[in-house]
Formats: sequence, structure tokens, C-alpha cells
Amino acid sequence: MAFISTGYDPSKPMENRITDIGPRDHNEFYPPVIKNNKGKWSHHEILEPGVLVHVGESGDECYTVRVGGARLMSTSLINEICDIADKHCDGYVRFTTRNNVEFMVDSKDKVEPLKNDLASRKFAGGSFKFPIGGTGAGITNIVHTQGWIHCHTPATDASGTVKAAMDVLFEDFQDMRLPAQLRVSMACCLNMCGAVHCSDIAILGYHRKPPMLDHEYLDKVCEIPLAVASCPTAAIKPAKVTLPDGKEVKSVDVKNERCMYCGNCYTMCPSMPLADTEGDGIVLMAGGKVSNRISDPKFSKVVVGFLPNDMPRWPSMTDAITKMVEAYAAGAEKYERLGDWAERIGWEKFFEVCELDFTHHLIDDFRQQAYMSWRQSTQFKF
Amino acid sequence: MAKHETPMLDELESGPWPSFVSDLKAQAEKRAKNEEGIEFQIPVDVCDDLLGVLELSFKHGRTHWKHGGIVGVFGYGGGVIGRYCDSPDKFPGVEAFHTMRVNHPAGKYYTTEYLRQLCDLWDFRGSGITNMHGSTGDIILLGTTTPQLEEIFWTLTHDMNQDLGGSGSNLRTPSDCLGETRCEYSCYDTSALVYFLTNEYQDELHRPAFPYKFKFKLDGCPNGCVASIARSDMSFIGTWRDDIKIDQDAVNKYVENDPAYPANAGAYKGSRDWGPFDIEKEVTGLCPTKCMKFENKKLFIDNANCTRCMHCINVMPRALRIGDDRGLSILVGAKAPILDGAQMGSLLAPFVEVNPDNDYEEITEIIENVWDWWMEEGKNRERLGELIMRQGFQKLLEVTGIDPMPQHVQYPRTNPYIFWKEDEVEGGWERDVEEYRKHHQR
Repeated sequence: MAFISTGYDPSKPMENRITDIGPRDHNEFYPPVIKNNKGKWSHHEILEPGVLVHVGESGDECYTVRVGGARLMSTSLINEICDIADKHCDGYVRFTTRNNVEFMVDSKDKVEPLKNDLASRKFAGGSFKFPIGGTGAGITNIVHTQGWIHCHTPATDASGTVKAAMDVLFEDFQDMRLPAQLRVSMACCLNMCGAVHCSDIAILGYHRKPPMLDHEYLDKVCEIPLAVASCPTAAIKPAKVTLPDGKEVKSVDVKNERCMYCGNCYTMCPSMPLADTEGDGIVLMAGGKVSNRISDPKFSKVVVGFLPNDMPRWPSMTDAITKMVEAYAAGAEKYERLGDWAERIGWEKFFEVCELDFTHHLIDDFRQQAYMSWRQSTQFKF
Repeated sequence: MAKHETPMLDELESGPWPSFVSDLKAQAEKRAKNEEGIEFQIPVDVCDDLLGVLELSFKHGRTHWKHGGIVGVFGYGGGVIGRYCDSPDKFPGVEAFHTMRVNHPAGKYYTTEYLRQLCDLWDFRGSGITNMHGSTGDIILLGTTTPQLEEIFWTLTHDMNQDLGGSGSNLRTPSDCLGETRCEYSCYDTSALVYFLTNEYQDELHRPAFPYKFKFKLDGCPNGCVASIARSDMSFIGTWRDDIKIDQDAVNKYVENDPAYPANAGAYKGSRDWGPFDIEKEVTGLCPTKCMKFENKKLFIDNANCTRCMHCINVMPRALRIGDDRGLSILVGAKAPILDGAQMGSLLAPFVEVNPDNDYEEITEIIENVWDWWMEEGKNRERLGELIMRQGFQKLLEVTGIDPMPQHVQYPRTNPYIFWKEDEVEGGWERDVEEYRKHHQR
């Protein structure tokens, strides 16, 4: 494995350096049917789950086959996507915001061969490589974060929880039987790189223990002022600590009752790890949305305070999700999003029909907005 | 023969949903065989060790990645995330496993030629593992070593005309919905605007000068497919000011349940039968402002009372079209819950012209006024939404020169504790107490 240089010379980093050029121009990447009809589309229709047609004012048609996939993706799989796109789609393909892949063709007769090709491809372990679906009043792909595959502060895994959840939701990925679209999102710690806080159902990894303190090493590997400043709740202060051998060292003290387990201190200071087998697990939230359709966008609410990490398939998590989806499917009216349904029937009924326990953890006590969520009315259901 | 036993991960190979475990295993095998004779620049068994360390996390219920390290490419403060394994003795292939964020193209369209070129680079100088795409929108190249960073950057910029994305206290890679490229609802060309803004603010994207991260997201219409209202410090959402265009013949096709006119563009063509389409129950009755009615086979919309929620257009896309006087609304301050709780974007500019011919001047003026204020007043790690909470919405209006209007609020304040400015009160605050006492005994 000899090092092969591109020509970059570390002693002269500015020589022939190119910077600040931004992304590639999207216009280079449009298939002809997109380029020709951009801004001039007449209408669209979902022909069946996962298959759409967009019709231009010109009469041109663009057929799209949408497939789900793991956002964690190897170059082998991307090359396979390219093979399919070369074979059926003149060498063009696109990805969606929710990690789906879209293959587009410009006539109806090209759709069936494309669908058959996509549906026939499976991984060695038996799962589909390119399941068709993710449209309309169903469940599309889960947007998520890194988890244990690459992050330093996760409280659970992302790819694993998503695979487990999508396996149980798979029929709804390939169907459109729900009252409206149902968006599931996943973030592996409360920092929420995935911004799951406005999803119909959100899976959230959560720590429940404050950081441990590696006093002997802390001052050697960390800038103590940075660790102190990193804490969003000001729970960390500088401290002098006497080690078991009697040596006094500079370190920090954490006021445990102020800690919200975000892991920001660990980002700044590796001597403050907080991951814990029993402490870490899953919070489930529900009822959020980002669309302005009918009702305003709204935040998701915490509906399950904690579930343990039960690898590899998180059955208590998938059970709770399944209960919510089935109760929603049975109870909501056409076009009603999960959160609108919960508000119409009342959250007290939501917990009843979803068979979820209501515990004190679900009553807000965090800062000002807590009051807004308490019931200031005599209108409630028994 | 796999390098590490992975009994727990193996259980994630079954089931219908694409298995990332199967994909990683196939990639590990491919690297081991190396039929293409690639001179791998990072350990050949990187994918084996990635599976191994992930299995260990599944066993322990804890991550095995250390915090980031200060790595990057010369002159940039973002785009690379350092990552080191905490058990390099067991998994030397992933001892250093840094991420590179590659600025994706608007709308996430690709040619296979470009993707193959990227894959070749990543097989050669990285793990061959990616995220398509990360939460912000970038292509994520997951896993390489420190000496490869400059080499990868060189190839990206010299051979692929491609730059890195943002990370840290920078402008993060802006992202958009597909907009006009394939959607009849889009009120402006999201791709053109996101491309312009990304290029215009390259310095802000690559060199950290902000109090904290700053995100732009662009939605073509109020349906909000990229969730800009929930997850961007500045959210651009397409809108229009004139009337929804109605094709009355097409409305009646929906009413008559013509199969070519399925409700909601066919979104309900699943296994459940919802019965025949009922325009009163499904459209006019669900209108949030009740500004429409269907009488004598004619649909009426009182556009002055329409809030453009998109419901009727979504349900009957062949009959109803967005108006022609189009632009966008700017909402600011959205963020995830940490720290003071989640914030949704708040409406700042109800209607802004989207004009490429003057370099989107109305938009950049608002952006730069907001940034000037935030960079001057924002505390370290304070998001824009938190600064607005701390200094008040009025201050935001003041720095952007936008006049207050009732559209800015859900409802007016419920307390009278108005912070009057001295010049708003006749005579000011300097008063003569002696003069006052002439009429009011002590």
C-alpha cells in the first residue's frame, strides 16, 4: 500500500490550490425530460405505490420509480445504481431528501422493465436492494443520523433501529392505505442532527446518566475552560480533586441534577464519557409535522419516555411504533395527519387507543414552555 | 471468511428492508478480493473492522468512537469531521476514520458518470462507505485517514470541479427541494437560488466566523418537503399573492370521479377503499379558512381569505394551480430542541421577490442584515432563534428594516409590558421633579 500522491505538496499547500468553487452546477445533471420541462409541469399522478408520472405542459411525460434504501451505502451499491440508471434511464438518477433513490424514464413502456429489474435485485442475506414504494398516503423512508457506525455521542444505533423499524413498517412502505402520509425520523442523541422534532413518529436515542470524570487525565487532555463553557445548562465548574494517591489535580465538578446528558462536554473533553449500557436507550415522540397543509406545522410530543436498547432488533420500540400506526390507521379521517388526529380525539384518548402508558416523565417541566402544555380547561375526556 | 464474527448484526440481514449489514459485508468481500487491482490507500480491511466495531457496540450498547480530532484541509475550517476508534488494537483498519462532506448538487440529480468518478476516488482513497445523503444534504464520504484528506480534496477540486460542504460554526451546506425541476407546485426555482446562495457565500461556508452553525433550506411551496420551517435558521418557502387558478371542467372531473382525476394525485390508490370522492367533505369542508364553496358545479375561492395551505391544490392538482404573482416567504430561527426547546421558523418577510436578474438582491439584503446583527450580538454557540428570543422580535425587525405587521404574529401580546422607546413617548423621560412637586406635595 504505497502512498500515491495527486501532486499535492504539503510544504507548499497553496501551490495550484483550487478552493471556494462550490458544488457542481445542477444543470449538468438533469435528464433531458427534466431539462426540457423544468418550470413547465402541468400535473402529476401516483400510478401505484412507488411509481409517479409527471406531465409537462408540452405533453412530455416523466415516469419515476422510487425505491427505498439505507442511507449508509457502499460504492458497490452506488455503482449498481449507476448500472441500472445506465441501462434504463440514459445515465441519470436522483436521490430524495428522505434517502430514497428515484429512477426516471421518459415513456411508459420503459417503466415495467425498470420495475422488474429493481424488484429482482436482492442482497446475499435476502433483503431487497431496491424496494419500490415510499409514495402517497403511506410510510416513506426514515431520515436518520449516524449512530454507532460513526458518531461519538450516540445513545443508540441509527442504521440498526431504522432497519428494525422499516422491516415492521415495510407493508406500509409499499402500500398507501393510511389516512395521510406518515413520516418517521430517527436521531441518535438529543442534539438531533436529524431534526426529528417535527415528525409524525420520531425515534430518539437518549442518555440518562451524567458524564463520568477521568480526573487523572482530564487536565492533561482537555482545556478545562472549554469543557466548562460547553455545558448548555452550566452544570460544569472547575474543581481541584485529590487522586487516591494523594496527588491534587485540576479537574471539573458536574452538578448531576443540572445535566441534560447532551454530550457536548464529551465533544470538548474526552475525559468526560457518558455512554452507558443501562442508561442509554430510546425515546419515542409523535404528532409533529412540517407541512402547512390544513393545520400549522407542529412539534412532536414525547409519548414514550424510555425504552431500553434491546439489540439487534429493538422489539419494544417496534411494538410501540406498530401500535401507534395501527391505531392511527383505524381512527383518523382521510387527510388527517397523526398529530391532527391525536389533537382531535385528545391526547388522553391517544394513549388509550395506542395502548401506551402515561407516566410523569411525559409532563413537561423544562423551562417556560412547560406551562403551555398543561391543561388549562375543564374540557377533557374520562 | 469474515474477519470478525458478527452474530448480532447478522440478524439484521433478514427482513425485506435493504440491509446495510449485507451491503457492508459485500463491500468487505469486494475489497478483500480486489479484482480491479486498486492500490488501496487506506487499510484493505476497513469494512471488516467497521463491522467488527459496530458488532462490539451492539454487544456493549455503547459507541466505540472517540470524539473528533482537529483535522481538515488547509485554509478551510469545515467539511471534514475527525473520527478515531477507541479500540484500535482490535480494529486497526478504522483507527482513523474521518468523514468528508461533499457539497451535493441542487435537487440531488446526478449523472452516473459523476457518481462513478466519486466511487472510484472513494474506493482508492477511502473506505468505500458513504451516506447518500447526510441530514444537511451533503454527500458523506465516511472513513479515511489523515494523509488522504488533502489528496481527496485535490482530486475533488482539480478533476471533479467539486468542493466540500460546511461543518462547525459555518454556513452549512444549503439544500433545497427539487422545486421546478419536477414539481408543478414550486413557486420559484429553488435549485437556481440554492446554487446562487452557496456560491455567493463560499467564504462563510468554509471559514468559521459565526457564533454557531447557520442553515439555509429552500422549499418551493408551503408543503415543505425539505422541512425548512423546522430545521433551518433561515427558511425560504415559496408562495404567491394573487389568485389560485381554477380549471372548472377539471374540478367537475374530480367531482364525477373520473379515473384520470384521482384525489390527491393518486396518493390514496392503496389497499384501502375510501369510497367515492366528495368535494365538500374532502376539499371545501377541510379548508382551514372556509374560503371556498362548490355550488352549481362551480368552485369559488375567496382568495383574499386564502392562507395558501396547499390542501385544495394537493387534492385536485389537475384543477387548481398556484397563482402567477410568485415569490417566497422568509422565516427565521428554527432549530432542534437543544437548548431552550425547539423553535419553529418565525415569519420575517411575508413576500420577497425572487429575481435572478438583480442577483436576488431583496433576499441577500435580508440575509446580510441578519448576519451582521447575529455576528455582532450573538454569544458563542447561540443560534439565531435564541438571539431573537433574547433580544426580541422587534430588534430583528429593526436590524432588517422590515415594518411590523399583523402577519408577524399568531396573536398580539397578552401582556401590556411594552418596552417603550424614549422617543416614542412625548417629552421623553427627562423630567423636572421640582416642577412636579409644585403640584404634588411630598
